[in-house]
Amino acid sequence: MSTQTGAIGLPSRFDLLRTEGFPLLPVLIIGGIAFVAVFADVLAPHDPEVGNLGARFRPPVWQAGGSHEYLLGTDHLGRDVLSRLIFGARVSMVVGFTAVIFAGVVGTVLGIVSGYLGGWIDQVIMRITDTWLALPALTFAIFLTAIVGPSMWNIVIILGLVYWTRYARVIRGEVLSLKEREFVKLAIVAGCSKRTIMARHILPNVINSAIVLGTLMLGVVIVTEAALSFLGVGVPPPMPAWGLMLADGKKGLMVGYWWLTVLPGVCIMLMVLSANIIGDWLRVKLDPQLRQL
Amino acid sequence: MTRYILRRLAYSAVSLFLLSLTIFLFVRITGDPTTLLVEPGASQADIDAVRQRLGLDRSIWVQYASFMASLAQGDFGQSFYYRTPVFELYLSRLPNSLLLALAAMVFSLLIGIPSGILAAVRVGRFWDRAGKVFALLGLSLPSFWVGLVLILFFSVYLQWLPSSGSGTALHLIMPAFALGWYFAAAHMRLTRSSMLEVLGSEYIKLARLKGLPESLVITKHAFKNALIPVLTLAGINLVIMVNVAVVVETVFAWPGIGRLLYEGITFRDFPVVQAVVLLGGVMIVAVNLLIDILYAVIDPRIRLER
Repeated sequence: MSTQTGAIGLPSRFDLLRTEGFPLLPVLIIGGIAFVAVFADVLAPHDPEVGNLGARFRPPVWQAGGSHEYLLGTDHLGRDVLSRLIFGARVSMVVGFTAVIFAGVVGTVLGIVSGYLGGWIDQVIMRITDTWLALPALTFAIFLTAIVGPSMWNIVIILGLVYWTRYARVIRGEVLSLKEREFVKLAIVAGCSKRTIMARHILPNVINSAIVLGTLMLGVVIVTEAALSFLGVGVPPPMPAWGLMLADGKKGLMVGYWWLTVLPGVCIMLMVLSANIIGDWLRVKLDPQLRQL
Repeated sequence: MTRYILRRLAYSAVSLFLLSLTIFLFVRITGDPTTLLVEPGASQADIDAVRQRLGLDRSIWVQYASFMASLAQGDFGQSFYYRTPVFELYLSRLPNSLLLALAAMVFSLLIGIPSGILAAVRVGRFWDRAGKVFALLGLSLPSFWVGLVLILFFSVYLQWLPSSGSGTALHLIMPAFALGWYFAAAHMRLTRSSMLEVLGSEYIKLARLKGLPESLVITKHAFKNALIPVLTLAGINLVIMVNVAVVVETVFAWPGIGRLLYEGITFRDFPVVQAVVLLGGVMIVAVNLLIDILYAVIDPRIRLER
């Protein structure tokens, strides 16, 4: 591929989107967001939830009317946008990772059980998987939040409930072919219990796929969280979530307060894009069978 | 063939059963469903009346049976906010949703198919790589943010397009773009892989050996065959678009089903939320069934499976 990068006139080391090499920039971005999320209390110059009503809708520092006190401007309540973005990173990271792990654990366990045991258990799990897959994820999540009410941990559970099916499908498929392999048959002959075979012999062989799927799901989960918050059923205000900031940004949109709309969106985009690129790279790296996904 | 269709029908029936059961149980297990199904601020007498109607003192299966019986009659309950039957409300919004989905589909195909073909013909070269970046962006940019940025640019700065509402073709442009964006990327990727598969086939080799010019091989022989899976996916995606447009419709105040769902959440109008989710699921199960049958008609090998 490197011989052909000349076509776009850039040396290959600047080709940050290629999937062949290690995705340095995306890893740095995710790492940077994680760093910001961990040290939000130290890094944020202002309280993200308390505004200064005397300083509403201040533009970023480089625009006329901006000040060094609010580097990226303020919102409709005079809250510092930079501080809210920094704390928003924490919300996205916590919700994103815990929901992906929750969905991953549930989906992987059910996928293994379904694929290995087969029979009516497989039928039941797969019919539920199919049915839940048929529900549009966002609509399903909205329905669930309408029932249990919005809170950050409810969102994590809901996203887990909505997305475990994606793992279950793929993992089950892999288990079906794994269980015909020699090492599983030998384990049966050696007298291993079904539980031991699933935990000790099958699980280690599907864990790579689960990790790849998880990385790819991270982007999906973060966008869904942002959409839920944007619609007012996600992370409840005044918590600083990026989706919530976009919803608040609508108040200044028609008068051209662009920073309230563009900046949180750029953060979401950077994170999702990075997760997708890393996921793509991992997919090729860890699991050649998943390439056609 | 008949056996295959019957089996698919049975699967769909099971799916619909599980779908209704999922919705029904989630409402019931999370506490007292009357808090959801009674208007906020209702009197104790009203609450008791709803309790009576739902039969909450009876067993859960009796309750489920009566829930299904009313669904079968098209009775999805009464909207608290609009004070009309939810099903009527849903049907009145459906044409708008379909219009938006159709416009978004046209847009996504206009972008997705040509760029997909270009990427396949120039595989590994500039256009292919550009297409890859485009697909990645399409899959990574949340549609509601694309919508907001479009408003900022075309409504606020340039003042070319109306920022919200419906009625004219101009109102349709931005929501269709925001909604179609994601699907354009998906259609591009599928067109590319489908084209690549066809271009590697024997009959394309034959066409080339015959000495046909490459342009003719691509447009006449490859393109037509590569289009079949793309159009199938487009058919499914049209239905999916209707059901995922909630954020885009909210951003642009487009009066479709997604907007109805949004109003359902903001006004705590639970019967509306429940109906939109249920009917969305029904629609997708129905389309999947249709596609399965269609495939079996086209490709006899599928009929023999399992």
